[in-house]
Amino acid sequence: MGLRIDQDHTRFKAIVRGKIKQNLRKYVQQGEMLGKKGKEFISIPVPFIDVPRFKHGSRQGGVGQGEGEPGDQLGQGQPQPGDGSGKAGEGEGQHVLEVDVSLEDLAQILSEELQLPNIENKGNDKIVTTRIKYTGINTVGPQSLRHFKRTFKEALKRQIATGTYDPGNPVIVPRRQDVRYRTYKLENLPQTNAVIIYMMDVSGSMGDEQKEIVRIESFWLDTWLRNQYKGLETRFIIHDAVAREVDRDTFFHTRESGGTMISSAYKLCRDIIKAEYPASSWNIYPFHFSDGDNWSADDTRSCIELLKTDILPDVNQFAYGQVESPYGSGQFIKDLREHLGDHDKVALSEVADKDAIYGSIKDFLGKGR
Amino acid sequence: MPKSLTPRLMDLKTEIEGYARTFGLDFFEQVFEVLTTEELNMVAAYGGFPTRYPHWRWGMDYEQLSKSSEYGLSKIYELVINNDPCFAYLLEANAEVDQKLVMAHVYGHNDFFKNNFTFKFTNRKMVDEMANHATRVRRWIDKLGVEKVEEFIDVALSLENLIDQHAPHIKRNPDPKTAEAQVNTRAEGFKVDKDYMRPYVNPAAFLEKERKKIEDEKKQSKKFPERPQRDVLAFLLEHAPMEDWEREILSIVREEAYYFAPQAQTKIMNEGWASYWHSTIMTTRALRDHEILDYADHHAGTMAMQQGKLNPYKVGIELFRDIEERWNKGRFGKDWDECDDLRARRSWDKKLGAGREKIFEVRKHYNDVTFIDEFLTPEFAIEQKLFVYNFNDKKNSWEIATREFKKVKNKLLQSLTNFGQPVIDVVDANWENKGELMLSHKHDGVDLDPGYAKETLKNLQGIWRRPVGIFTRGEGKGLLMRHDGSTFSEKKVDL
Repeated sequence: MGLRIDQDHTRFKAIVRGKIKQNLRKYVQQGEMLGKKGKEFISIPVPFIDVPRFKHGSRQGGVGQGEGEPGDQLGQGQPQPGDGSGKAGEGEGQHVLEVDVSLEDLAQILSEELQLPNIENKGNDKIVTTRIKYTGINTVGPQSLRHFKRTFKEALKRQIATGTYDPGNPVIVPRRQDVRYRTYKLENLPQTNAVIIYMMDVSGSMGDEQKEIVRIESFWLDTWLRNQYKGLETRFIIHDAVAREVDRDTFFHTRESGGTMISSAYKLCRDIIKAEYPASSWNIYPFHFSDGDNWSADDTRSCIELLKTDILPDVNQFAYGQVESPYGSGQFIKDLREHLGDHDKVALSEVADKDAIYGSIKDFLGKGR
Repeated sequence: MPKSLTPRLMDLKTEIEGYARTFGLDFFEQVFEVLTTEELNMVAAYGGFPTRYPHWRWGMDYEQLSKSSEYGLSKIYELVINNDPCFAYLLEANAEVDQKLVMAHVYGHNDFFKNNFTFKFTNRKMVDEMANHATRVRRWIDKLGVEKVEEFIDVALSLENLIDQHAPHIKRNPDPKTAEAQVNTRAEGFKVDKDYMRPYVNPAAFLEKERKKIEDEKKQSKKFPERPQRDVLAFLLEHAPMEDWEREILSIVREEAYYFAPQAQTKIMNEGWASYWHSTIMTTRALRDHEILDYADHHAGTMAMQQGKLNPYKVGIELFRDIEERWNKGRFGKDWDECDDLRARRSWDKKLGAGREKIFEVRKHYNDVTFIDEFLTPEFAIEQKLFVYNFNDKKNSWEIATREFKKVKNKLLQSLTNFGQPVIDVVDANWENKGELMLSHKHDGVDLDPGYAKETLKNLQGIWRRPVGIFTRGEGKGLLMRHDGSTFSEKKVDL
C-alpha cells in the first residue's frame, strides 16, 4: 500500500546514498566477511542527516539517572539529554546510527556508486506474480485465520493471571479477547530467469590470495545480479587441465595442481548452456577468473574460437577477470583483448589486488547487459 | 487509512473517558483513530500529523521508526496531538490492555494540552493548519521545482531554533511610535543670557538647521534593532530581502516551531502527568485481573531508566507523586524546611490531603524549568539516583561527575532552559553602517559548536544577502564569527 510519506522516504534514501558513497570502497574490501558468514543482513553505519544549526558543543555533559559512583564510566555512546526538542518525530538522534542494510539496499548502493545501469532483460520475463505471505498476528480477523496456538497461549496467560487455571484439571477456555488471527502481506515475485556460470582456474599457480579475490568479487557480482533477477541460478566450474562442475563450497576451496587448459572450462560451460539454459529464455552470465597463464597458444586459439562461435551468441555478457598471481600476470587477457576486445558482449578486467576489485566490478557490470 | 473505532474499542473509550472525568480531568473532545504499524510510523514521522509539507526529513524519521519497529528495537506507544478536537492514534494490532493503557495516557495529555499555560496560545486547529502549510508549499514546488524549494526549507530549518522559545505569545518589542516620541530632538542653540538677544543669537533658521543635524545624527547612531531581539526568525521575516515564496516558507517554519515549542518546554511534566493518570486510572479502575501482568510489564517498560539518560516519563510521574504525597502530608512550608530532625521528617504527616488539588494546580501553572526548580528536593534526587555526568578528556569517556544535589539541579535547569539550545539574539542589523547582520550568543559556559555555527551562518547569510556574524565566546575569549557568503572568518573581539 502506498503511503503519503513514500515520496519523502525515497528522497531521504537518495540523499543518504549520496552521503554513504565515500564509504563504499571500504565495504567492498570488507566484503569477504559478508560472504563467509553467509548472513542475509549486514550492519553498516548510516549517517544521520543533521541540519546545521547553532548548538552547543557536544561535550557539555548533563543529568543522568542510574547507579554508579562519581568517577564511574558511563556506558557506550554519548548520552545527550535535553538535546533536541524531544517529542515523537521531532527529536534529534545521534549523528551516526547503526542501521541494518539488507542485501537489496546494498546492491542499490553499489549500483549508484558504480553508476551501474540496470540490466536489460531478455526472455519472457517481467511477469510479476503476487504471493500472499502470512507473517503477522492481529487481534482482529476472520475466523478461518484463527491462530490456535497463540489464542490458547493468550487464554492460558489470562487464566493463570486471574487464578482460574487449575493445573490438576488443565482446561483452557479462550474468550473473545484471547483470539489471535494471522495477517498477511502481499509480496511481488518477478519471474525472470538468469544464471551465472562461474569458472575458476585452480591450477598450481592460483594461490589462496587469488581465490580470496575471486570470492569477494563473486560475492558482489552475485549481490548485484540477484538484485536484478529474482530466482538467480549459479553454477560453478573449476578447471586446471580438465574442467568439472562443482558446488559452491568446492569452488572456493579446492586447490589443484597441474597445468592450465582454459578451453576445457569453456567447453563445459558451452555444454551446460546448450543443455540446460536455452538462450531465448535465459539471461546467461559466464564469469571466468584465472591468472592468465594458459598452457599453449593453441589452446588460447581454441578458447577464442569457442567464445566466438558458441558462447558469445548465447550469453548476455562474457566476463574474464585476470588475477595477478605470485608468478605474474599471464598472457591470456592480452590475447582476448586482441581478438575480442571490441566485442560488446565481452568484459575484461585485470585484478591486481584486493583494492582493484572495486574497479573490476565496474568493468564487469558497467555495460548493463 | 485511518479506521474508526470498532464497537469494542468504542466501549473501552467510553469507559476510560468516564473514569478520566470522575477524576476531574478536563479535556478537549477526544478522537481516536486506528492505524496499522506502517501508518503509525508515518504519522509519527510527521510529528503526529496526518499531512505535512513534502520534505526529506520526515522520510528520515520514517526510515528510523520503521527500521526500529521492524527489528523490534522500539515501538511507538502513544501518539497524541495538541488540537481541538484532540487526535490520538491506536495501533491496530495492540492487545486490549494496551489500548486501554494508551487511552488513559492520552486523556492525561489531552487535559494537559487544554490546561497548561504554555499551550494557551497554540493553534488548536493545527491539523488543518498543517494541511494548509502542505498545500502552500506544494504549490510553490509545482511552480518553482522541488530542488529550489527544498533547499530553502533546509536553510529555514537550520534557523528553526532561533525563536523566542519561552514566550511565544509575548511581544517583546515596544511599539515603534511611542518609542519614537520619547526621542529628544529639541535643539537648544547657543546659551543666551539676555532674553531679548535670543532671536539674534539663535535665529529660527539656525535652530531649524541645528535640530535637523541632531535628528540626522540620532538616526545614524540609532541602533537597529533598538533592543536585542530574540525572535530572529520574525526579524528576518520583517527585514530580510526575501522573495515572496521564501518569506512564506520561513513563516511556515516559524509558526510550526512555535507550535511545538510548548511541548518541548513541558516534556517532563506532560509525560509525567499522562503517566500519572494512566497509572491511576488503570490500577484503580480500568484494569481487569487477567490484564495485570501485561500492564505491569508495559508500564515498567515505559518507566525504565537507561544509564546516562533521563527518562522524562519516570522523572515526571515520580515528581508528581512526590508532590502529591508532600501536600497530602503537609511536607512543605516553613516548619518543614526548618526541621532538622530526620526521624520527625520521616514520620511527618499532617493529614492535609491536599495532594490531588496541588498537582492539578501544578499542571496548570508550571513548565519544566519552574517545575524542577520548585519541586525537586534533595530526597527526590537521591531516590531517583540523579547524577551529573561530564566528558573526561583524559579517559576519553563519559563519566559520572557528581551526585551533589545543587549541581544536579543546576545542570538540569541549565539543560532545560531554552531546551539546552544556545540563547541567541539579533543585536545589530546595520553593523558598522554596512548593513551586516549581527547576532549575539549569550554564553553560559558552553561554547557553540564551531562547525555547526559556520554552516548556520552561511545559511543565514543566504537569507540576509549581506554578510552576517555572531558574537560569542570560544575558549574563554570573545569571538566574532562572520560569513560573507563566500568566506568564513573568525577573529578575537572584546565583549
